[in-house]
Amino acid sequence: MVAKPVFRTCGLTGLKIHDEAEKLIKANAVVAIVVLAIGGLMGLLVALTRWPSVHLLPADLFYLALTAHGIDILIVWCIFFEVALMYFASAILLGSRLAAPKMGWVAFALMVLGAAITNWKVLEGNSSVMMTSYVPMQADPLFYVGLILFAVGALIACFIFLGTLVVAKEEKTYEGSIPLVTFGALVACIIAVYTIASGAIILIPTFLWSIGLISHIDPLMYKVVWWGMGHSSQQINVAAHIAVWYAIAAILFGAKPLSEKVSRMAYLTYVFFLQIASAHHLLVEPGLSSSYKIFNTSYGMYLAVLGSMIHGLTVPGCIEAAQRKKGFNKGLFEWLRKAPWGNPVFSGMFLSLIMFGFLGGISGVTMGVEQINIMIHNTIYVPGHFHGTVAVGTTLAFMAITYFLVPALWQREIIMPGLAKLQPYLFGLGMGVFSLFMMGAGTLGVSRRHWDMAFSDAPHAFSHPPAAYLMMGIVGVSAVIAVIGGALFVVVIVGSVLFGKPIKATAPAPAPSPVASYGSEQHASVPGTFTLALLFLTVFVLYYFVNWKYLASTWLMS
Amino acid sequence: MSISPPEQKIWFNEPVDKVELLWVGMALVWALIMFAMMPLWHLKGSQNMSNEAYRIHPEAYQAKVDDMVAKFTVGEEGKAKTPVVRPPAGSDVYLLARLWEWYPVLELEQGKSYRLHLSSLDWQHGFSVQPANINLQVHPGIDEVVTITPTTSGDFGIICNEYCGIGHHTMLGKIRVVAAK
Repeated sequence: MVAKPVFRTCGLTGLKIHDEAEKLIKANAVVAIVVLAIGGLMGLLVALTRWPSVHLLPADLFYLALTAHGIDILIVWCIFFEVALMYFASAILLGSRLAAPKMGWVAFALMVLGAAITNWKVLEGNSSVMMTSYVPMQADPLFYVGLILFAVGALIACFIFLGTLVVAKEEKTYEGSIPLVTFGALVACIIAVYTIASGAIILIPTFLWSIGLISHIDPLMYKVVWWGMGHSSQQINVAAHIAVWYAIAAILFGAKPLSEKVSRMAYLTYVFFLQIASAHHLLVEPGLSSSYKIFNTSYGMYLAVLGSMIHGLTVPGCIEAAQRKKGFNKGLFEWLRKAPWGNPVFSGMFLSLIMFGFLGGISGVTMGVEQINIMIHNTIYVPGHFHGTVAVGTTLAFMAITYFLVPALWQREIIMPGLAKLQPYLFGLGMGVFSLFMMGAGTLGVSRRHWDMAFSDAPHAFSHPPAAYLMMGIVGVSAVIAVIGGALFVVVIVGSVLFGKPIKATAPAPAPSPVASYGSEQHASVPGTFTLALLFLTVFVLYYFVNWKYLASTWLMS
Repeated sequence: MSISPPEQKIWFNEPVDKVELLWVGMALVWALIMFAMMPLWHLKGSQNMSNEAYRIHPEAYQAKVDDMVAKFTVGEEGKAKTPVVRPPAGSDVYLLARLWEWYPVLELEQGKSYRLHLSSLDWQHGFSVQPANINLQVHPGIDEVVTITPTTSGDFGIICNEYCGIGHHTMLGKIRVVAAK
């Protein structure tokens, strides 16, 4: 006997909201933000230790905090929030009931339990193996059990999302094709299923090895399969935060895609090519051939990079087209100047878009060149790059949409609007500078995951150039700024959920009207966005070839 | 809007704007240029991965290292009195990684090529020669061979840049490159 689903109509957006879906979205989002707070604190401790003149933690606690920071932010925070987004993009955007809400709670419980077990083992101090837990280094068996439980929960959530798409289609809650944002979430979900399967294939035998049932795990095989999870999990983030960009453009500007076809094709390249990547982490590994590495690291001839470059044009492009329809037509950039920069939903989203492209995107493609990786592998350039993707890209985009979800789902006003306005700039720009200078220090050879860049206890003497110390100092300062921004986010959101002024359920407002009917040749032209795109391409090309030149100046190897 | 189903049910047939098509074309050309660069550098460039590697038992590798150290030691260096080895130019040079040291110290001649072997006795380690900024992964059980030609002289640190436990940050070795005689 299934209870009849209960719906309400959102007073802000006119969306039809399924009661059970809403509860699950809230629960997953709340846990995500709690984990972000814990993981962020760990990140602060790591940054304060790598700041040479502070050097806060002793070595054992540093490696412990770094392990916790990686797992909590790269995996737990992102995936909890993505589960909330998947439920939102299916049940809420399609006006449907969520399939199997009870299984949704089972998934939630498994993910919480798994994350708690792994965190407990890491904090206990006997599993400081880093997020990657490369064999033959061994963690406590429960460390792997926690990750496996978490993955099983996430997998169930993926199937609930897919089930909801089926239910909505069957019950005809919408007509035609699913919205672009839901399509993006579907791409994220497909990548997530692949990711979790890779995780299971490697973590289950590793667990059996840790309790002595399997005698040996080959370190190279471990890495190839583990990165099928590790790298692809970050592709879930990319697909999800691009969906968030499109969603925010629609929510704030009523923007519709310049072309459904082009945007969806760009997403499709992710399904085919983005998730094959795992060789990015294996480019200087012995025992793998260059042809495998080249095909894999280029996402199949850079076709997934092509997809991202298309989104790079179409996301700001759809905002420009919508703004121009509203009359912001002066010059190249009036549409952008007159955008709501004081609204954290917009400022967070746009900073995320720009910095993901310029910092995370360009550096990622460049360091993913097989030969250039010789100069980058395992230097602090690598975390510099992925803070340019996961922190200023994914995390900032998720923060931005949270400022919309709180009024829409919790029906509370955002408290401390002044601080909320400032928050995306503090976090985004702090993280941007942080990421840039880590890349700089990495170019000078500073190592990642390393407690002592002065090598005081080493048998030989070696000193990095003073510029490297200066850059690591800047990294420390900007990390503190970013953490203040992150803490503000947690305070404002938790405060709003608990103490925000309730928004009275007024008569349902009409859904924001889509801007006329462009989407084909009738849409406004987007010269401003095209100019930005050309600037991006110029920087990309220059930076790419500068790195080849730099490579050509080092020792010869063959 | 992007959060509602497309207005045109048959959206696939909507014409695409020229600017979008132009950008897709430019991005595709750039993607293909980037793809061509990697094989091209294998043909024309001088910094490439060797693709030469063998399975080896850690004890067998240790024996090769000991053999080289016995033949070519010219001194010792550092707090741990690590032997300094000067193998002849062009020869096979064995560098060993273990918790937490690089063994031995190598003395190489500038402009000469060596077949450098890298392997670990225990966990994974990261071979990071600074400031030349060459970074290679070192595995237990795999003998990785790279033909390397130092083009600059001086003392170079070998940082371990793959996390290998609590002593990771003390794992620092040395390569000395001297001007050719």
